Parts: sequence; structure tokens; C-alpha cells
Amino acid sequence: MNKKFGIKHVVAIGIGTALFIVLTNVQIPVGFIPNTAMQTRAAVLAFFSAIFGPVVGGAIGLIGHALGDAVFYGSVWWSWVFPDAVFGIIVGLFASKYHVKEGGFGGKQIALFNAAQVVANLLAWVLVAPVLDIVIYAEPANKVFTQGVTAAVLNIVIIGVLGTLLLIAYSKVGAKSGSLSKED
Amino acid sequence: MAGRLLTYSEKDTWIHRLSGVSKMIFFLLWSLTGMLTYDTRVLLVMLVCSAVIFKVSHTEWKQVGTVFKFILLFLCLNLFAVWLFSPNQGTLIYGTKTELLHLFGNHNITAEQLFYEFNIMLKYCTVTPVVLMFIVTTNPSEFAASLNRLGISYNAGYAIAIALRYVPDVQADFTKIKHAQEARGIEMSGKVSLWERLRKMSAIIFPLLFSSMDRIDVVSNAMELRGFGKKKKRTWYMGKRLARNDYLTIGFAVIFMAAALGITFADGSRFWNPFTG
Repeated sequence: MNKKFGIKHVVAIGIGTALFIVLTNVQIPVGFIPNTAMQTRAAVLAFFSAIFGPVVGGAIGLIGHALGDAVFYGSVWWSWVFPDAVFGIIVGLFASKYHVKEGGFGGKQIALFNAAQVVANLLAWVLVAPVLDIVIYAEPANKVFTQGVTAAVLNIVIIGVLGTLLLIAYSKVGAKSGSLSKED
Repeated sequence: MAGRLLTYSEKDTWIHRLSGVSKMIFFLLWSLTGMLTYDTRVLLVMLVCSAVIFKVSHTEWKQVGTVFKFILLFLCLNLFAVWLFSPNQGTLIYGTKTELLHLFGNHNITAEQLFYEFNIMLKYCTVTPVVLMFIVTTNPSEFAASLNRLGISYNAGYAIAIALRYVPDVQADFTKIKHAQEARGIEMSGKVSLWERLRKMSAIIFPLLFSSMDRIDVVSNAMELRGFGKKKKRTWYMGKRLARNDYLTIGFAVIFMAAALGITFADGSRFWNPFTG
């Protein structure tokens, strides 16, 4: 692909968003704090961001979360939509460094990916989401920060486990660059 | 879970005939207004309007019933959590304290808190019907076409159209894979531990994700063969010109938002305070 933003990216946004929407409901509930659960879709968002970059990641986060909320819950909680976009963009920024498609997603890249996802999660859920909750909905600060921290921790866990495994598996499927050796 | 998803359904009311774009503008401005204002009077007017719009769109209960019940449940949980974490948020906002019932420790029920939570509930109820209406009355293809007409790049329009188009397909894939894995004896219900469930969940996610990656290749190849992205413009089969009603809808949304925010912020605060005269 020569162009920075090709057909593949358009389609990746579309199908990634569809996947994200379908997985909206596939979550593992923990505890009693409303609207916080282990969300498999977070791992999928991290996966797409790591492969296709910040534009695709940000778009899937934004459109997927807004539409997913709308079709499943009938309301859009905007203060939690934007953090997902922020998360997708940050993880996607280093997409070229993970070398997933070239089959080079090994120790160093795994560490980088996880460092990026931890920072992105903390920024998105402990900073952006609660602040927007307070500014937009005037909700009590201790409630939204509790929700935010819970969401961040759960996301870090599921992306750290499921997201990393998905990327390793996908990286193995793709051909390693320079893996061809000359026959004698 | 397939039954719970809201989808477009074809009908012939004036709301269905509106362009997807004017409905989206209406929905965005409406939810923005609902987000910004905490003025009970404005919210009540919005609630009545939402109910009327909902009625006019001939949306049936069986289309949205399950989703609606789910929202109510979630709303109750959220209201309870707000009270649990901050029983005096209302006092903080409205400046007075009228205790109705003392429970334990710091937790009591004040009139201010009830009023504040009533407002949160109203905010939910004003936005929800409009979202439901937008989803069930907007044809995805027509929506993508009219986005482009607004000057938004057709790449963006196409991405959204593909997303809406493939939600049912991916959902079908998901169900198929889930049934296949269950047939192989993988337990998905809540009977097993968290870690086990996470492991079993990945038994669905892995094949689903890889088949989706294949799908991306297939679709983008098909589009490339048809010369997608070669020219600056596209024509649209489902495209619609904005009609008189569209301009009226958008005009109404803009004027309503300006008026609502004007009334809300007239006294310098987004809250309407009935407690101090």
C-alpha cells in the first residue's frame, strides 16, 4: 500500500466498527459498579489500533462506541465515547513499531504495546472520562473516579492478556519479512 | 442476544422520509442540549417533545421494548450509585439541605438529592427516545449517501455504511462460532470462574477476529477492483436531496437549542434552583 490512507483502512474502520458493536454485549461482569465490566471489545479495539494505526483506531473507538451504545442501550454516554477514541489513537500512534504484520511481534514489541496500552488506558479512563463526566453530566467526583479507575484496571487486564495473545497469534499467521532463505 | 439489537425497519412516516443527515443533526444537537442543561423546565419540555416524536415515528413497543427495559434497569443502578457515593451532591449543588429521612452515618435522603437525581433521570429520558428513533428510522445506505452530500469525504461515509452493513453478518458469525464451541463442550455460562470464562471467551474471539480480518481483505479487494477511491467524487444510488421538511427539522433543532441554552444559562448557572426563592 503506497497511500497513507488506503481502501484497506476504510474497510478496516467499517468491519472493525461492526466487530466492536457486536462485542459490546460480550463482557464479563465484575462487581457492582454500574457500567464497568471486562470488555472484550476493548481488546479488539487495541488489536485494530495496533495493526492499522491511529486513524483507524480512533475512528473505531468513536463510531463503534457511539453506535454500539445506541443500538444496545438506546442512549449515548458521550463522556465515555471520546475516551475510547483517545485510547485508539494513542495505541495506534506506535502501530509501525509493533511489526505485527511483518511477523515480528516479539518480546520488545509486546513490552512496547503493553506500555502504550497502559498509558492510553490511564489517560483515557482516569483522566478524560471522569473529567468529561463531571463537566458534561455534573456527576459526583468520587463516583466517576471510582468508575474510571475500575474501567482502566479491567481494560488493562483484558488487553494485556487477550489483546496481546490476539496480536501474537495474528503475527504468527503473517509471513515474517526476510524469512525466505536462498536455496543452495 | 440477537433479538436485543435495534435495527432499521422500513415504514412510511414523514420521519422515515427525512434525510438521515437531518435526523443525525437533530439527534446530535438534541443530545448536546440534553447534556448541557440541568434546567428542569427545559428538560420537561424536551421530554414531552421526545414522547411526541416517538409517537409520530410509529415505533412499536416490540421493536424497542427489551432495550427500553434494559435502559431502565441501568438507570436505576446508576441513580443508586450516585446516591451511594455522594448522598449530598444535591446539597452541594443547590446550597440548601432539607433532610427527609436519616438512614445511617453520612447517608440520608434529602429533597435536594432527590431533585438532582430526578434531573439525571430526565436527562436520560429526553435523549433515549430520540436515539431509538434515529436507529429504527434511518436507512444505513441512505445515511452514508447523505453524509457525502454534506461535504463529508465519501471515505468516511463508506466506512460508516460498511460498519452498519456488516453488523448483522458479524453477529451471525459470532452466534455460529459460539454454538460450534458450545457443541464442543465449552461452558459459557456464569458457572465457571472468571479466569476460565476469559479463556473460553477467547475461544470465540480468536476465530471471529481472524474471519473478520479475512473479510477485510475480501471486501477491500472487491472495492479496489471496482476502482474505489480513484476519483474525487462518487454518485450514490440511495442519495436524497434535502427537502423542505429537512430544513424545517434542522431549523427547529438549532432554534430549540439556542432557546434552551438561553433559558438555562439566563441566571448564570446550568441548574434551575427551586429551593432558594
